Amino acid sequence: MKEYPLTLLNGVDSSNPDNWRLRSYEAREGYAALKKILSKRITPEEIIEEVKKSALRGRGGAGFPTGLKWSFMPKNYDGDKYIVCNSDEGEPGTFKDRDIMHFNPHLLIEGMIIAAYAMGVKAGYNYIHGEIWATYERMEEAVDEARAAGYLGDNILGSSFSFNLYNHHGYGAYICGEETALLESIEGKKGQPRFKPPFPANYGLYGKPTTINNTETFASVPWLIRNGGEAYLNLGKPNNGGTKIFSVSGHVNKPGNYEIPMGTPFAELLELAGGMRGGRKLKGCIPGGSSMPVLPGDIMMEADMDYDSIAKAGSMLGSGAVIIMDDTTCMVRALERLAYFYFEESCGQCTPCREGTGWLYRIVNRIEHGKGRPEDLDLLDNIADNIQGRTICALGDAAAMPVRAMIQHFRDEFTYHIEHKKCMV
Amino acid sequence: MVNIEIDGKQVSVPKGCTILDGARENGVYIPHFCYHKKLSIAANCRMCLVQVEKAPKPLPACATPVMDGMKIYTNSEQANTAQKGVMEFLLINHPLDCPICDQGGECQLQDLAVGYGASGSRYQEAKRVVENKNLGPLISTDMTRCIHCTRCVRFGQEIAGIMELGMAGRGEHAEILSFVGKTIDSELSGNVIDLCPVGALVSKPFRYSARTWELSRRKSISPHCGLGSNLVVQVKQNQVMRVLPRDNEEINECWLSDKDRFAYEGLNSEDRLTQPMIKRDGHWVACDWQQALEFAANGLNGAKQKYSAQAIGALASPHSTMEELYLLQKLMRAIGSGNIDHRLRQSDFRADTQLQGIPWLGTDIADISVLKSVLVIGSTLRKDHPLIAQRLRQAAKDGMQLNVVNPIDDDLLTNVANKTIVAPHGLAMALAEILKAAIEIKGAERTAELNQMIEAVGVLNTTNIAIASSLIDNEPSAIYLGNLAQHHPDYSSIHLLAGAIAQITGASFGFLGEAANNVGAYLVGATPTFSALSTSQLSGLNAAQMLGASDQGNEKCQAFILMNVEPEYDAYNSQQALKTIKSAEFVVSMSAYKGNATDYTDVLLPIAPFTETSGTYINTEGRVQSFNGVATPMGETRPAWKVIRVLANMLKLEGFDHDTPEQVRAEIFKDGSDIGNHLNNDLKSFDIQINENHAESIQRIGEVPIYRADPIVRRAESLQMTHDAAAPRAWMSSELLQRLDINAGDNVSVKQGDGTVQLEAACDEKLPANSVRIACAHPNTIALGAMFGEISVEKL
Amino acid sequence: MLSTESLEKIDREIAKYPVEQKQSAVMSALAIAQTEKGWLANETMDFVAEYLGMQPIAVYEVATFYNMYNLEPVGKYKLTVCTNLPCALSGGNEAAAYLKQKLGIGFNQTTSDGQFTLQEGECMGACGDSPVLLVNNTRMCSFMSNEMIDEMLEELRK
Ligand SMILES: Cc1cc2nc3c(=O)[nH]c(=O)nc-3n(C[C@H](O)[C@H](O)[C@H](O)COP(=O)(O)O)c2cc1C
Ligand code: SF4
Ligand code: FES
Repeated sequence: MKEYPLTLLNGVDSSNPDNWRLRSYEAREGYAALKKILSKRITPEEIIEEVKKSALRGRGGAGFPTGLKWSFMPKNYDGDKYIVCNSDEGEPGTFKDRDIMHFNPHLLIEGMIIAAYAMGVKAGYNYIHGEIWATYERMEEAVDEARAAGYLGDNILGSSFSFNLYNHHGYGAYICGEETALLESIEGKKGQPRFKPPFPANYGLYGKPTTINNTETFASVPWLIRNGGEAYLNLGKPNNGGTKIFSVSGHVNKPGNYEIPMGTPFAELLELAGGMRGGRKLKGCIPGGSSMPVLPGDIMMEADMDYDSIAKAGSMLGSGAVIIMDDTTCMVRALERLAYFYFEESCGQCTPCREGTGWLYRIVNRIEHGKGRPEDLDLLDNIADNIQGRTICALGDAAAMPVRAMIQHFRDEFTYHIEHKKCMV
Repeated sequence: MVNIEIDGKQVSVPKGCTILDGARENGVYIPHFCYHKKLSIAANCRMCLVQVEKAPKPLPACATPVMDGMKIYTNSEQANTAQKGVMEFLLINHPLDCPICDQGGECQLQDLAVGYGASGSRYQEAKRVVENKNLGPLISTDMTRCIHCTRCVRFGQEIAGIMELGMAGRGEHAEILSFVGKTIDSELSGNVIDLCPVGALVSKPFRYSARTWELSRRKSISPHCGLGSNLVVQVKQNQVMRVLPRDNEEINECWLSDKDRFAYEGLNSEDRLTQPMIKRDGHWVACDWQQALEFAANGLNGAKQKYSAQAIGALASPHSTMEELYLLQKLMRAIGSGNIDHRLRQSDFRADTQLQGIPWLGTDIADISVLKSVLVIGSTLRKDHPLIAQRLRQAAKDGMQLNVVNPIDDDLLTNVANKTIVAPHGLAMALAEILKAAIEIKGAERTAELNQMIEAVGVLNTTNIAIASSLIDNEPSAIYLGNLAQHHPDYSSIHLLAGAIAQITGASFGFLGEAANNVGAYLVGATPTFSALSTSQLSGLNAAQMLGASDQGNEKCQAFILMNVEPEYDAYNSQQALKTIKSAEFVVSMSAYKGNATDYTDVLLPIAPFTETSGTYINTEGRVQSFNGVATPMGETRPAWKVIRVLANMLKLEGFDHDTPEQVRAEIFKDGSDIGNHLNNDLKSFDIQINENHAESIQRIGEVPIYRADPIVRRAESLQMTHDAAAPRAWMSSELLQRLDINAGDNVSVKQGDGTVQLEAACDEKLPANSVRIACAHPNTIALGAMFGEISVEKL
Repeated sequence: MLSTESLEKIDREIAKYPVEQKQSAVMSALAIAQTEKGWLANETMDFVAEYLGMQPIAVYEVATFYNMYNLEPVGKYKLTVCTNLPCALSGGNEAAAYLKQKLGIGFNQTTSDGQFTLQEGECMGACGDSPVLLVNNTRMCSFMSNEMIDEMLEELRK
């Protein structure tokens, strides 16, 4: 099988219980990027330039250019500033951040230290998904190791740069993956998203300038500093630099995380994941986590795995969670489960999402239970339309998009359900 | 200012304002629910979505700042679809039974649904039902109606200063509630009723008693505290059914305290006196006005003849109108007695002759909002002045430093920069320390006068130094004396010291007026010594002297006219007051209530409360606010100004031929005088002695509970069921409890002077050593004496 | 109210945040309290509020917002099975059905011996390991075939 370059999982051996530890990490060039910065006195501006050059885009969902985001942090600001790592990974289908933290925690720590240095930040928080307690404990241990070794704390490695990192444990709320909900949650409140503007770069954690990035985004930084932004960009495609981990789940033989360069054909990823289970036909695929529009199998088989290609195909790369559905899948049931999820996870703050997600779910649920009505499909589409773009945060969109895409691509199946009061598969 | 375009119209609006505010200023209405001008922006209802050129999606007008050149469409297809979509969402789970909803007719959702709702519902699923909550005696819930705008939650956090309501759960299960089983106890709680745009939070006392369209709305002024909140009083069939705030940014803003809002229940009390009554041969009989007034006139004449005019005294409530107080003092002085006072809870009158003018707030109420440093001395601030406390809270949020010198460390629900908590007898010394610190910081010249005030001060404590520098370093600053300071046995020293601190630090200085009309009472001469606009300069005894506080036998009065006064509740020393009144030869009581008056009076004259007469209050900032009656007097009740006039006629006194309250007003302000000229908090200097006063004995801290302060509120049933109206207990620190070998919850016997009462002991660590906090103005404690002073507490 | 051990743990969490931001520790404080007490009674929430200088209702808001807090007593072992779409595609529902049958209870019910409570969970970020379930919020069990479920139940029952 083809060998792919690795920037995140390089040297990671999940079967070796000590592979995650500081010593192992150092043995595979760990903290070399940080040492390079401090010894060569690379300036924060130069780092941000390098990140811009790399075309690293946020791995948390929106794919926002990371270098640009970092440049938004106010300089010459006296007072605290923060960086926050979004390890809340709650998007159904996504489980890459867990593996980065579990098997390569120091990579994330090093990435955050570099980010802190680049943005002049002294404290950071890593918000970890509630259900992965063992990973939280490991992160706590890793942070202790890094602190003991002088990578974290005051005067890091004898320099004048100080940075402290703390892990914050979530407790079961998907919405806390939304960056401002996450900030509220760290502040000890309900995870209800804030209206933007003001954006976190101006008014973030405790009202202070804050930059939030996904775990994988931070973890991508050490490699690109060691090897240069250009080298990172060249791993992938223009505007889509580097490699990315895709979490493949559903009807494949080997579900799991696969790190491949941006722009790798979907077909290759499917092959890496062992191909379709039982050799069945790919019916549909959600290429970027459950919030993204589903794509029919044939379109998917033609697509490449990078932000721009997937957007062109009619969906979004999102968090890189690839949910594979074969031809035994009932799309009505699939949508019902997703609609239930967004209904349950709506924070309840803004009207369209609070009221609309329940309405969507109840209609899909009715259709699934043979109580659909002919006008339901248009009604669903219209309700989704009334939610999308009208809410405080993107959860509203996340609830609306799957509905609209499912009806768009699999309308026949929904109609069949309504007319025959049963499933066609 | 920036230029924007709203619906095709070019307008210019303040830079940085929101689209909604900008539109509003230009007369364009954008529908909204969660937005409220006094609350933080939540942008959660999404009703205000508008189209903005170049924005890919509709934006919430309430949260989107304007930008130069922005083109906004509030009525375009995109905006309309968005607003209709939101309205549909709001209605799917909202009951559509407006006819049985208490909010019907004044519901924002109902109003907007007419304009933005669809005719039929596309929602065919089951509607959500939300359990109702018991939030206490004032607020009733119908939670299924809630639209989750969170105004009520934000009100608690931001305005009331205490989060009592929250939104628990999430998504569709989210609901507004208090912590399991807790009631809402804030003294500002009723405002959430106004804030709730639907019928989820409604007034419990008002509930189901009337439909809004049956109510006539009349303007009035609140009679309960020195603020003079502006009211809308709603009346049905001549009965006050509800009281709402009338917006006045300079006074109450859009708020009301619960006292102002719910006290109206007292107006409809069973205890209302509706017919004149006289005591004949020991028996009370109802009679007509002619008989009653003749009886009163004869009694007064008799007393005058038997003793002298100086044996007659008049005690009037400071909640009376200016016209009533004016006529009463005029009558007294015409009889030949200068014994008139409205300051029944004051105990130290040494400074009376030193007053340079009428004690007042010293600034405008609205100015409080821009202060940078404040020192509040001797005040149960939140309870005595709920909305002033609220203003201070908002100012503190903007960086004002709040400093406190008080015997009780009550939670003010805001940041307090420095506080000195001392037992009552240590109050003056604490002020002397602050004064000395201020003198030292400023390097001010030590005049003989100043030296006298600070000569006993020893080592300065750091808090008091911090208070002095807070006042000096932050401009503008102010010093306020609260009710407790004004009732204090060493009030004169406190007044003098506070004034001196103000002078040295550059702070303004004033009083948080206790009652609706303290300033008015001073102005019209309802005091024995000071008069600004009274007709004669005849002076006489003050309230304490009339009630025999000095124990110098002949100084007390033998006959009394009481106006809206219940001596057992309204006097500084209830024990003494009752004794004197009971032993008086003849007592006329003009009152809206029977109360206990039959125990100690000879004739009862039913007079109108503020809702049934026209009159004027001058609030603590010196603002003259006249109002009309909103209902006709109940039964045989007459306005007091008229009663006094006729009584004066019967006594054959000159100059009482007013036919309307306007004529009385015209007489008071005959030269169109500006009352500002009479407002002055300075004292002529006089000798005081400030000592390091170590009282070893146990001292009472008696203050008037919020819902016991005046006759109307004492009869407001719902307020009497609140937490704040709980029966008085003997509060003391755990240290004192231990020393007295008492456990919290024990029954104790409390003795003061000749009186003894039984109370439950309770623990409060916020009290200073050797102090027991026992509320006055309550039936359970009126047998005790003065609000301050020595008491003994024993376990039963 | 809480053991000194729990209080020490809470203090360690408080130390992660700026001094004036004690409230940030509320989620972990509630989690620690829940671990000690099994669930969050009103008194427990009241205590946490007092300890962190918060209003009780603010604590209650947090406790009712996040899924993993138990606002009612649960069995000795709370089993949460993920049934979200990725898991549902790979046996999540079957695992849930098997558990229901084995324990004789439905979702949000507790076995009569007080041993097990069964809950339906949302995505646990472990979709590749489906079926997955979580024991007492902390222990994640992956690839839970029927045999693995049998083994796990047996181990827990001991
Ligand atoms: C409902 C919702 C859930 C989200 N969940 C996550 C998440 O679990 N992890 C994540 O990194 N970003 C998540 N995001 C995206 C974040 O808001 C944010 O864009 C991201 O953390 C930024 O990091 P990046 O620029 O490195 O991608 C979510 C967004 C929404 C609207
Ligand atoms: S869109 Fe949903 S999750 Fe986002 S703020 Fe609104 S109610 Fe909360
Ligand atoms: S008023 Fe703007 S969102 Fe509610």
